[in-house]
Amino acid sequence: MFKIVKKRDLAEKLVLFEIEDERLSKVAKPGQFLIVRMDEKGERIPLTICDFDAKKGTVTIVVQEIGVSTKKINAMKEGDYFLDVVGPLGNESDLLELSKDELAKKKVIFIAGGLGAAPVYPQAKYLSENGVKFDVIIGAKSKNLLILEDEFRKLNCNVYICTDDETYGFKGPVTNVLKMLCDGTLADANYVTDDGKTVKGKDACEDTSKKTYNHCVAIGSAVMMKFASLMTKELGIHTIVSMNMLMVDGTGMCGACRLTVGGELKFCCIDGPEFDGHKINYDEVMKRQMQYSTEEGRALLKYNEGDTHHGGCGNCGG
Amino acid sequence: MADRVKVREQEPKVRAKNFEEVCYGYNEEEAVLEATRCLHCKNPQCVKGCPVGLHIPEFIAEVKNKNFEKAIEYIHLDSSLPAICGRVCPQETQCESKCILGIKGEPVSIGKLERFTADYAREHGFTDKVEIKKNGKRVAVVGSGPAGLSCATDLAKLGYEVVIFEALHTAGGVLTYGIPEFRLPKEKVVNAEVENVKKLGVKIETDVIIGKTITIEDLLTVEKFDAVFIGSGAGLPSFMHIPGENSNGVFSANEFLTRANLMKGFRDDYDTPLKVGKKVIVVGGGNVAMDAARTALRLGAETHIVYRRSEQELPARVEEVHHAKEEGVIFDLLTNPVEMIADENDNIKAVKLIKMELGEPDKSGRRRPVEIKGSEYEMECDMVIIALGTTPNPMIPKNTKGLDTDQKGCISHDEETTATSLKGVFVGGDAAIGAATVILAMGAGKKAAVGIDNCLKNK
Repeated sequence: MFKIVKKRDLAEKLVLFEIEDERLSKVAKPGQFLIVRMDEKGERIPLTICDFDAKKGTVTIVVQEIGVSTKKINAMKEGDYFLDVVGPLGNESDLLELSKDELAKKKVIFIAGGLGAAPVYPQAKYLSENGVKFDVIIGAKSKNLLILEDEFRKLNCNVYICTDDETYGFKGPVTNVLKMLCDGTLADANYVTDDGKTVKGKDACEDTSKKTYNHCVAIGSAVMMKFASLMTKELGIHTIVSMNMLMVDGTGMCGACRLTVGGELKFCCIDGPEFDGHKINYDEVMKRQMQYSTEEGRALLKYNEGDTHHGGCGNCGG
Repeated sequence: MADRVKVREQEPKVRAKNFEEVCYGYNEEEAVLEATRCLHCKNPQCVKGCPVGLHIPEFIAEVKNKNFEKAIEYIHLDSSLPAICGRVCPQETQCESKCILGIKGEPVSIGKLERFTADYAREHGFTDKVEIKKNGKRVAVVGSGPAGLSCATDLAKLGYEVVIFEALHTAGGVLTYGIPEFRLPKEKVVNAEVENVKKLGVKIETDVIIGKTITIEDLLTVEKFDAVFIGSGAGLPSFMHIPGENSNGVFSANEFLTRANLMKGFRDDYDTPLKVGKKVIVVGGGNVAMDAARTALRLGAETHIVYRRSEQELPARVEEVHHAKEEGVIFDLLTNPVEMIADENDNIKAVKLIKMELGEPDKSGRRRPVEIKGSEYEMECDMVIIALGTTPNPMIPKNTKGLDTDQKGCISHDEETTATSLKGVFVGGDAAIGAATVILAMGAGKKAAVGIDNCLKNK
């Protein structure tokens, strides 16, 4: 049993949990993930590790409510227990393999889309702790879905915010901001401030100079990573993405998380979750991620509507 | 000589729609009657056919005399999981294949007698009454499948303090995630046998991945274990590497069975989704293929087994093939998939198959299947399950410095002692030899227990 010591609503349907797991907190590394199971009848849900604190003996995850299982999890309270927490799974970030000198030569841009800010955070924190300065683009559909901005602002970096509906920061998507950073046009781009005023980029951001990067870590939805990778390929920036595939065991046994990387069959859980962003077959990934959407949709309807769900329509099979 | 006592089974038509156990096993009367068929050979061949060397004639003699408690004591001398082995061992190629009665008629039904004795013992609360003298030494066992459980049992009986580390949330390994309920009931049989192992003082810690949560090195140094046994089991599911294999609706048998067995996806009250096809093609001819096919069938699918050789070469147990056929699984033999065809949404809609014929024998001695040119045809389906075995899981070797593997990726070891290239680390089961059977893994676990004891007792 693993106790929830802190719960924080980050945004609509996005909840942060700090969980007691002494062992895991001491061995978790940026880039890795864990699996939680809420109760006896719950699913095993893989989640990227957002933070860990060996002194407190805790690990932090962010859960996005998508189906029944995540809805139930996000209804849990501080002091409640997860039945199972297991990890760390997958490989640690490539950045951890570099020496301080090598790290210092890296001009890193992190691109975080939506929930992707959670897995990006520990890697950014690692660079910050090693004295490396870097840039971060945090994007979301709308201001109320943007997470972890304050946490990123405490690190050794420039933060560039964007939203698709222009409720905060630059106009999204994230690739739009990346392009402006690299061609030096960010200074004169419109920027919506926290209190809703429209100003210029140079008035809102400390550093809007023309940038060159040689390392990009992009984490978010598959479609966001696809377009970010297409752009970084054009810009010649080495790009790492973190894949979020369906999984059961997370240790290589089930093969549910398979994907094609550079024409080869890979398992996200043991070969990843991080891969070269320029080599992924994203279209296949997006289809595979939808594999159980019908079953999950049915289950969610049933959960939300309870017994009234069975209207006898005969359509949903539930 | 009297005929073998027939074992009662659920009607095929009925059981094809439920997950209750197929075979009812013998009752007391039937077991005693079957036991009287044993000739009690002076030089019993059956024992030689058993990977754990069970005291077969002795326990059968006790069954005949209705001393069931004594019978289970004989079994417990060599096996910690008799209710499981009695159900899933391929007896027809092991103990029963050596039985003298088998020369002219049918061999003694050793497996069913073992099962009866174990079930009777459980129902009557007979436990393993071994006296344990603690020796103060500690052994870590990686994995709670058949290899780990048998190794842990033997070491516990020898006085070692044993902790089993299991990566999943439930103990049992393949007994829990792989073999279906209708062949091996989880609550009644697997959990009960695991509890028996715990009663010997063995601790089981779930949700711990050795190589990740704790390294082997840390087990020996930080956690102060005197030895480690790796029984981490089979690894990654093999795929065919043919076009369309990543289409939606194409699953490994491991995934399909784990969702059904471990996660109970077929039950409405469990959250894990399980796809159920209307027409399912299972690729492969082993026990896992049979398990997957019979599970899909029970979930309402028309189910086909596609296997590239002929019936004679099917690697599955005869009983499983027989049961699958009775239940209505359709066998498409001497056929092999060459392509998986998906619709515009990438959902599987058909498999392109090619007819095969048998050519010259290959290294394994089996006749090699050869494609018949131009014989391709398509079979419609909405789900494919690939059951072509597994390749070793690289996780432990990759995260353990100095632990050597062979060309196939199995952990290298000494045949006799089961010692690996790392001091104090031993291995057995599928992690050491690749995908095999429950009983071979159990045998390997026992062998390792001896190896570990020999290594530690003189220290």
